Amino acid sequence: MPEPFSSFTSKVIPLPAENVDTDQIVPARFLKVTDKAGLGEALFRDWRFEADGSLKEPRFVLDEPEMAGRRILIAGDNFGCGSSREHAPWALVAWGVQAVITTSCADIFQGNALKNGLLPIIVDPERLAQLFDLVERDPNVELSVDLESQVVHLPGDEDLPFNVDPFSKLMLLRGTDEMGYLLGKAAEIDAWEAAHPARVDTRPT
Amino acid sequence: MTGQNGNGVTSSTPPRTLVDKIWDDHVVAEGRGAPSVLAVDLHLVHEVTSPQAFTGLRRRGLRVRHPERTVATADHSIPTTPRDLPILDEMAAAQVRQLEDNCREFGVPLHGIGDPNQGIVHVIGPQLGLTQPGMTIVCGDSHTSTHGAFGALAFGIGTSEVEMVLATQCLLQRRPKTYEVAVDGRLAPGVSAKDVILALLARIGVAGGTGHVFEYRGSAIEALSMEQRMTICNMSIEGGARAGLVAPDDTTFEYVAGRPHAPKGADWDAAVERWRALPTDDGAAFDKTIEIDASALEPMVTYGTNPGMGLPISAQVPDPAAAEDDQRRRGLEQALAYMDLLPGQPLLGQKVDVVFIGSCTNGRISDLRLAAAALKGRKVADGVRMMVVPGSDEVKREAEREGLHEVFRAAGADWREAGCSMCIAMNGDQLSPGQYAVSTSNRNFEGRQGKGGRTFLASPLTAAASAVAGAIADPRLLPGIETLAVVGGR
Repeated sequence: MPEPFSSFTSKVIPLPAENVDTDQIVPARFLKVTDKAGLGEALFRDWRFEADGSLKEPRFVLDEPEMAGRRILIAGDNFGCGSSREHAPWALVAWGVQAVITTSCADIFQGNALKNGLLPIIVDPERLAQLFDLVERDPNVELSVDLESQVVHLPGDEDLPFNVDPFSKLMLLRGTDEMGYLLGKAAEIDAWEAAHPARVDTRPT
Repeated sequence: MTGQNGNGVTSSTPPRTLVDKIWDDHVVAEGRGAPSVLAVDLHLVHEVTSPQAFTGLRRRGLRVRHPERTVATADHSIPTTPRDLPILDEMAAAQVRQLEDNCREFGVPLHGIGDPNQGIVHVIGPQLGLTQPGMTIVCGDSHTSTHGAFGALAFGIGTSEVEMVLATQCLLQRRPKTYEVAVDGRLAPGVSAKDVILALLARIGVAGGTGHVFEYRGSAIEALSMEQRMTICNMSIEGGARAGLVAPDDTTFEYVAGRPHAPKGADWDAAVERWRALPTDDGAAFDKTIEIDASALEPMVTYGTNPGMGLPISAQVPDPAAAEDDQRRRGLEQALAYMDLLPGQPLLGQKVDVVFIGSCTNGRISDLRLAAAALKGRKVADGVRMMVVPGSDEVKREAEREGLHEVFRAAGADWREAGCSMCIAMNGDQLSPGQYAVSTSNRNFEGRQGKGGRTFLASPLTAAASAVAGAIADPRLLPGIETLAVVGGR
């Protein structure tokens, strides 16, 4: 279960690519794990390393020394498209990323991220372009993410408001997960099932 | 909940879409501000996205609420070499063992390695009659959209959600928006379902359907076999839509009838009556609509590194300089650099090293029949490796009953055991860096079929024609193509 999501301030990791798919975030060969440990090392593996294990030259953005410890990723449209693998947000969180600012996330990725304490912050294309410009001008610019108030504080007292699903927001702020909520619906589920016979039986015929 | 009348003719019921009807039928509870609790009829499980979910259940002391509405198979990480050989990859072997242990402990039916019903999860569901119209179906796999071909609301979920469905047989969901994909007209010989979906993706892009569920409609969709419909629904996720559906009709009922888990006798009659009420009512509104003229479609091939980067086979690779904005231009430049293709270069004649026929997109018996028909009496070109991987053990047996494996072998192709294989390339079946493949699978992402490998997505007919030519080739030029009907599969 994730920790309660609190406000934080961080410099940013710029990744100005569109349609970053989950095969890039965690290549499939790292999906043979049976737990969640060690996935930070798999993050963007094939964009970071050559076949012989050496770092790519020029280095992928995550491997630039000044990127260490940064917790906000800024990415192009449709981040996290493709495979449903939850290993993608697991790996981002293991690396230390807590928020992804983009113009849209793929639906399954967005749901997976929110369940793991990773906040997708969806902004319009003009604001995203401004943010990329800001980071280009000042690579060490610091942003503050305030989920409670649903704003990203930019330098110069500028605020960037964002929308978030109210239920997901509550879960994030409490550091709780949806399982408890669903288990709390047991009476409703029992009643529904009593009125709706099973559609299929999967046991061998 | 209303809606017993599928034609929407009661005055109190506004016209509803297929998706609305299935949704309304499965809402267990709605909370203020909270997502709906949605009941799940069928939960499909595989070895890659389930281990952490079962571990979570154990940690919380929970059981599987409905093991008899859950079914598992091993497909992603298993080798496609002969089944009497051990799994050499230690991690894959451990993952498959863990699935077996989890299923035993929690009482979940498993079609594992050696079971005659093993296969790709999205192939065995329909094959066993588990997939039925009007259902909600989920799986920790984005290609769960495949089952939408039966008029089921079927979508991929993450592992946290797998755990929730195991524990409660429910999910927390918000109602999706609807997107009508109207495909009318007649497909030309040599053009098939794969070309329809690649053409849609080329039009709307890989984020075009985000937040939506597709409903594929129109005369061209109605004319398709169930297996062709599955090919289209399968790649809904490639357009950003979690699900894609086709209204159930006589083609659907005929396909489901008599399968092992399909309703029988009076139950069957009652089910068909219920299913006939599912199609979208006249006058129901969609949030978005697109129209596609099927008769204008050519065979399609992708040239880039996402499935939306597709072109008619006779076209040339686009020029990044002509892109509408800087981001698009950079994306296209990166894709062409990865693919080592030049702007303006024709796709036809592009040399290929590997041809892969298989996957949950195009690994069913009718796909193999088409590929075999295109290969019969011909040879795979020198220097080209062709792999044919049936979607399930049953598809393999059926193909062998029909002698298709002899056609593939005589042509010089490799006839394998069932699994996901080179679609996801986590089982050892993979491209070498720099190799080009024509693949009937669903994703051409960088490294998807092996680190450094380059993928052209295409139909089984295009793949087979390209295997013979040793280069991307137009299946419409195959001798006798007019007689190669896009057949169904029973």
